[in-house]
Amino acid sequence: MADQSIHTPNMEVEPLEASRLTGDATAQDIDSIRRRTSVFVYEWPVRLWHWINALCIMVLIGTGWFIASPLPTMTFAEATHQFVMGYIRFGHFAAAQILTVGFFARIYWAFVGNHHAKQLFYVPILNKRWWKEVVFELKWYLFLEAEPKKYVGHNPLAQIAMFFFMTLGITFMILTGWALYAEGAQAGSLSHNVMGWLIGWVGNTQILHSVHHLGMWFIVIFMIIHIYAAIREDILSRQSMVSTMISGTRTFKDDRPE
Amino acid sequence: MSQIETFYEVMRKQGITRRSFMKYCSLTASALGLGPSFVPQIAHAMETKPRTPVIWVNGLECTCCSESFIRGAHPLAKDVVLSMISLDYSETLMAAAGHHAEAALEETIEKYKGNYILAVEGNPPLNEDGMFCIVGGKPFVEQLKHAAQHAKAVISWGACASYGCVQAAKPNPTQATPVHKVITDKPIIKVPGCPPIAEVMTGVITYMLTFDRLPELDRQGRPAMFYGQRIHDKCYRRPHFDAGQFVEHWDDDNARKGFCLYKMGCKGPTTYNACSTVRWNEGVSFPIQSGHGCIGCSEDGFWDQGSFYNRVTDLTQFGIEANADKIGMTAAGVVGAGVAAHAAVSALKAAQRKTQDKKEEA
Repeated sequence: MADQSIHTPNMEVEPLEASRLTGDATAQDIDSIRRRTSVFVYEWPVRLWHWINALCIMVLIGTGWFIASPLPTMTFAEATHQFVMGYIRFGHFAAAQILTVGFFARIYWAFVGNHHAKQLFYVPILNKRWWKEVVFELKWYLFLEAEPKKYVGHNPLAQIAMFFFMTLGITFMILTGWALYAEGAQAGSLSHNVMGWLIGWVGNTQILHSVHHLGMWFIVIFMIIHIYAAIREDILSRQSMVSTMISGTRTFKDDRPE
Repeated sequence: MSQIETFYEVMRKQGITRRSFMKYCSLTASALGLGPSFVPQIAHAMETKPRTPVIWVNGLECTCCSESFIRGAHPLAKDVVLSMISLDYSETLMAAAGHHAEAALEETIEKYKGNYILAVEGNPPLNEDGMFCIVGGKPFVEQLKHAAQHAKAVISWGACASYGCVQAAKPNPTQATPVHKVITDKPIIKVPGCPPIAEVMTGVITYMLTFDRLPELDRQGRPAMFYGQRIHDKCYRRPHFDAGQFVEHWDDDNARKGFCLYKMGCKGPTTYNACSTVRWNEGVSFPIQSGHGCIGCSEDGFWDQGSFYNRVTDLTQFGIEANADKIGMTAAGVVGAGVAAHAAVSALKAAQRKTQDKKEEA
């Protein structure tokens, strides 16, 4: 155990009497409990947004794939009574609309929510210490640091990834996606009034299809990194990761000051 | 200006009856999407207005615009508009040639300064001082600028004049440049297509001559009445698209059944034109109806969007056979492999530490 602690356990207090006496908790467990700390980080709207957003992205990737490369032709009814491609596109558009509303709600919450709700939307490039910590975190991922540091919200590397993949990535997908939707909705529709400028600016909207498609892969790459890093940190780091996005509480595994 | 005849007088001279004239007016009104109340307005304008002269110049092009134009479905529209145009200047169609032709151009410009419409078929190449297209012994770009100087408005015929078309496809060695990037101080209406539909061409000219103004344009400067919707939005095979019924191979049963050509690379979903409503050759057919996907000929840079037969565009920056999926899958594969390797090293490191801790404890 480390020499320094951010708090002194009250050794005269015996915690978890019932658990101890029924044989559930060992002496080591009690020792560990005395040293654990936790902090509330993510408020419920942030957590709810995270999971809705994740679900929408899964639906959007699946349906988007089949819009670009449709399922094999099937005929089980007359064309009039069959709506395979129609439902796939409906699923894509419905998920996209939920994702869009969610993203705006998330931006709203960055203003009214707690400090950690803002972290997704900026990168503190002017903070010299922050850059130093980016290097530290890089070294941790390159196995050059024996032990990671404790972070309340995102670690500096995660903040960079969140900002570029999610904040910018989702914004890009929303803009290009709504411009593509505006093509079908046609001039005079709300989506065309809002996003028609992008159709005009790009010129040939086949380009818009291509970049929207590349954007999907950008998000897929983020997902691979994000899920891997979350699970890895949950196991190897000194704090909770996965459960934090469920309960909102970050639990630290030790009580050392740094 | 009193010696200039009205449209109606020109028509009557060509032996067109009043009855046919009124038919033409109502047909034009409906082609332009105007209500019946506009029919007398069109008729009145044609009876009283002196006709607007049109100068038709040709740059780097294949003359398919002219070919399309002279095949207008309504012969009246073609004859009348065409004869009016050929009276002034059109290299392909006028009787004069050589110095006489060039003199006719100068005369028209002088006579109708600020009143004529300049119709441009093709585009000027700007590389090597425009030497890749010579008209009357001079680079075409000079003739274009000269003729545009006193024009009331400019019509960009076809994909060449509007966007550059094949001669502007990458790497564009002659630096073929669409008209709106050379002429920047005149109202320009783009009528893209390779070629544009004849009825669209006559419709645009008739609108401009009748109402003395440009029709409503979309963001890219195309007449909204003809380019407001995608081929896809009005395609008669659209129900098969929504049903998920596609042609999978050119010679399969689905092709015979007339299923959607989306998987064969049809560019209908990204192409704005009137093909699926007005159609071609007097409404006989259009590419999709004859079993081939749309190639998107009325869109900007349609030659540079990869194969005509792929829905997911080839991105040759990443190699000849690459597209968004191949690039994305490669990138995701590399990242996935990296993650797997990283996870393996992490597990080894963790195991190593555990062993060390145990040794220390022991």
